[in-house]
Amino acid sequence: MSRLAKIGQWFDARLQLSGEVRETMEHPVPRTSASWFYVFGSAALTVFLLQIFTGIMLALIYVPSAGEAWNSLQYLNHGVTLGWFLRGVHGWGSNFMVAIVLIHMVQVAMFGAYKFPRELTWILGVFLLLMTLGMAFTGQVLRFDQDAYWGLGIGAAICGRVPFIGAWVVHLLLGGPIIAGDTLSRFFAIHVFVIPGLLIGFVSLHLLLVLKLGINDWPMPGRLVRRSTYVQEYHELTKKDGVPFVPEAVWKDMFFSAFIIVCVMACAAYFGPYGPNGQPDPTIVQTVPKPDFFFQWLYALLAYLPPAMETPALLIGPVVIIGFLICLPFFAGEGEKSWKRRPIAVVTILLSAVALGTLTHLAGYTPWSPIMNAWSGDPVPVQYLNGRSPLERQGAAVFQGKQCRNCHSIGGSGGLRGPDLDSVAVRMTHDQLVRQVLQGGGNMPAYGKNLNPAEVAALVSFLDTLHPANQVPARDAAQEAVAHDK
Amino acid sequence: MSDQEKGGMSRRDLMAKIGMLLNGAAVVILATPVVGYLLAPIVRGDGGRYRKWINLGELDEFPEGQTRLAKYKNPISNPWDGETDDIPCWVRRLQGESFQVFAINCAHLGCPVRWFPQSSLFMCPCHGGVYYQDGSRASGPPPRGLFEYKYKVEGGRLMIEAGQLPTLSTNASLRARSNGCQG
Repeated sequence: MSRLAKIGQWFDARLQLSGEVRETMEHPVPRTSASWFYVFGSAALTVFLLQIFTGIMLALIYVPSAGEAWNSLQYLNHGVTLGWFLRGVHGWGSNFMVAIVLIHMVQVAMFGAYKFPRELTWILGVFLLLMTLGMAFTGQVLRFDQDAYWGLGIGAAICGRVPFIGAWVVHLLLGGPIIAGDTLSRFFAIHVFVIPGLLIGFVSLHLLLVLKLGINDWPMPGRLVRRSTYVQEYHELTKKDGVPFVPEAVWKDMFFSAFIIVCVMACAAYFGPYGPNGQPDPTIVQTVPKPDFFFQWLYALLAYLPPAMETPALLIGPVVIIGFLICLPFFAGEGEKSWKRRPIAVVTILLSAVALGTLTHLAGYTPWSPIMNAWSGDPVPVQYLNGRSPLERQGAAVFQGKQCRNCHSIGGSGGLRGPDLDSVAVRMTHDQLVRQVLQGGGNMPAYGKNLNPAEVAALVSFLDTLHPANQVPARDAAQEAVAHDK
Repeated sequence: MSDQEKGGMSRRDLMAKIGMLLNGAAVVILATPVVGYLLAPIVRGDGGRYRKWINLGELDEFPEGQTRLAKYKNPISNPWDGETDDIPCWVRRLQGESFQVFAINCAHLGCPVRWFPQSSLFMCPCHGGVYYQDGSRASGPPPRGLFEYKYKVEGGRLMIEAGQLPTLSTNASLRARSNGCQG
């Protein structure tokens, strides 16, 4: 007997675990479940372990103090050998973790894996998703830069919308009256101790349930789940057409996990670490705060919700969504598993994906935000100035100088908050333009107090020229008739 | 027949239950200071103690008819707060000793609003909230006008009552200004 085997025996005589380990490794899984579709759970676990490891590495240097965090991140990026790479792996690892957890969830939902008897596995998974998102948000705060500072401000503003106890919630979130040292310290504790501890516990239970209840069988249209017969049917399936987890299924898990780790490292090496962006100095107001990728859909949603719906949506929406996910296995715990016969489930998932994707896409160019420097930066297209009268050109100067460009584009550049004005004269008559400028409306501020009559006259005469060469400007037929009668 | 089968309780069972009770009591005794510790941010701020009068600067620093960015140190702070200690605000001097002091935070979701003197508008970079020069809402998603600090002029200095991040449920100042310039 080799020395190694003897050492192994010495340990096992004391630990007595080899039986359980072998049983776990060789437990039968349905042959069809040893599939490439079943690799996302193990990949999520792999990335989680990678996050724990790189997180500990970063904690060797990072200083969780509002006064020093930003500097310590700069030091990590530039002063510590390969510190930038570990920050990159941790940052990209978080992106991958959220993505893989979401894909895992979609796969599980499509394959009906949440149905009897795996309800609790699914519910634990819902909490794991929430914790993963919690890690993503708190991690963004630890990257203590401008975006983190104003992200906390947004968090506080959302908490401030809670009726009756809003002020208390804000103070609890921030650890005091305002974003300061205590705020970062508590987010550090949450990100490094509280949520990871919960995650480890929940992941362990989640895995234990997968082992106890068996991996979900490949859904076959027409093979219905019944509480009375499912467990027996599953055991017959694994007995008749089962394969040992190791090595028949596990090699795919291992291939995919390794592939994901390589992808995370490749992203970290190529794109580098996230920030930190500008210093967390609130007096630098020349900033355009933006959340990290996985919260951008929310950022977009908050721009588009009607004001009256915002507070209800922010406070009731999450309760409804989480409640729905938790209750799902109870009202749909039996029946068809196959996505081919569950059109409502498929459409729900597709619609959610399209909605989240669209909102995230919109957050990429934030058409709802004024472009703060368009008025001073974007040129007026030459064709809008050529051959124009002095008054019209002066109007173009008013147009730029009064920041109209921040919300309205001409010649393809400028803000997208308001309509583009390249053909505004076709849409509105002279008088309508004057009224719109003076009184605003339709989500435009009124400029009546900020423009003198000469500026209004110049501006509107410039706007009157904005129509395609082959299209006549809008005219007020009634007024012309009156003028004609005179 | 043992005590238990008679419906009674053995000595060991009794001791185990007393043991559990003792541990329960210990947990409650421990939990009390822990809960107090965790709720400290709420308790500390009771009765507006988070807000203090702060000197924003000499009156001359704020020309009449203009709106300027001013900074102040957080009244409740620690040495490790770093740059988060400096809080900006927009000071509008109408004339004489008549001011409006606006919080930097957009009433929508707290992003920093920027003042554009050319068009006399505050614009928010996050979701496009816009306010007029008096802080009232002009357009966009904000549910109200800009938050205002209470101010007073003392010894040629502009003082504001500040110290708390303003949100829809936490005021910039303890009491809203009474003369009705609120958005």
